[in-house]
Amino acid sequence: MKASVIVFPGSNCDRDVKISLEKFGIKTSMVWHADAKLPKSDLVVLPGGFSYGDYLRCGSIASKSRIMKEVITHSKKGGLVMGICNGFQVLVESQLLPGVLIRNINLKFICKNITVKVTNNKTNFTSKTSRNSVLEIPIAHNEGNYFASKDLIDELEDNNQIVLQYCDAAGNITEQCNPNGSIKNIAGIVNKKGNVFGLMPHPERASDELLGGMDGSLIFKSLK
Amino acid sequence: MKLQVIVTLKKDVLDPQGSAIKSSLSNMGFKNIESLRQGKTFEIIVKEKDEKVALSKAKDMCEKLLANLTIEDYSVKAIKE
Repeated sequence: MKASVIVFPGSNCDRDVKISLEKFGIKTSMVWHADAKLPKSDLVVLPGGFSYGDYLRCGSIASKSRIMKEVITHSKKGGLVMGICNGFQVLVESQLLPGVLIRNINLKFICKNITVKVTNNKTNFTSKTSRNSVLEIPIAHNEGNYFASKDLIDELEDNNQIVLQYCDAAGNITEQCNPNGSIKNIAGIVNKKGNVFGLMPHPERASDELLGGMDGSLIFKSLK
Repeated sequence: MKLQVIVTLKKDVLDPQGSAIKSSLSNMGFKNIESLRQGKTFEIIVKEKDEKVALSKAKDMCEKLLANLTIEDYSVKAIKE
């Protein structure tokens, strides 16, 4: 499998995600946002960071960059796309994923380990996890509060598009363990076709024992 | 021609910043604030003499970049100087 990691001005998890992808056997190239052509890739990763300094709305300016036209074409052909944190924000701004990510309900930047429940393990991104298993992965964001209309949330549920939900260590999805106010404790979703995945937690920060955990590696292992 | 674009959150979208500002104002003694919503304004100068054309360009800018229509509404007007 071949992956491309898109580098925007202000991306800061691009190299971490490359290291994680390569650790799990995925050949990875870095692609600059202003490039016109995407190298032949099975997977495109939009990394975390603060693209364009989060100006206007997080991810909004990155979503209009030159390479994103290619990323959109790649996704329309069924190619895999994964957006982590700021990458998830870019995906909703590009309308490759529905809904929007707004300011955390407590107005604080939250950087800590949280637990998420894998609500759907039948995706290209979670196939190596077990259904309803609990993963401990760090989050680090200011705008991770997933918002969508009621109709859209119903649609996400009906199509099994909700993949990760914030939960407690035992896997209970409660208000207390919702760090940012997301509707239904949503931490990660896929599009209807299942080839585009956005998540706020950073699996690349939990893919090495030295970093304090390996739960994120299951996402990278699933990508084959 | 100078244009003003105002982008605000839709009525039923939570505005935690607006709520925080409202409660800060209340703490400062500004009582009786019923509601406070935060938004953004943009001042855009375009090389265009026809107001209709300028406004329709600004609307296009709003729909394509300045506003996220999932959560935001926008309004545009020309500013006479």
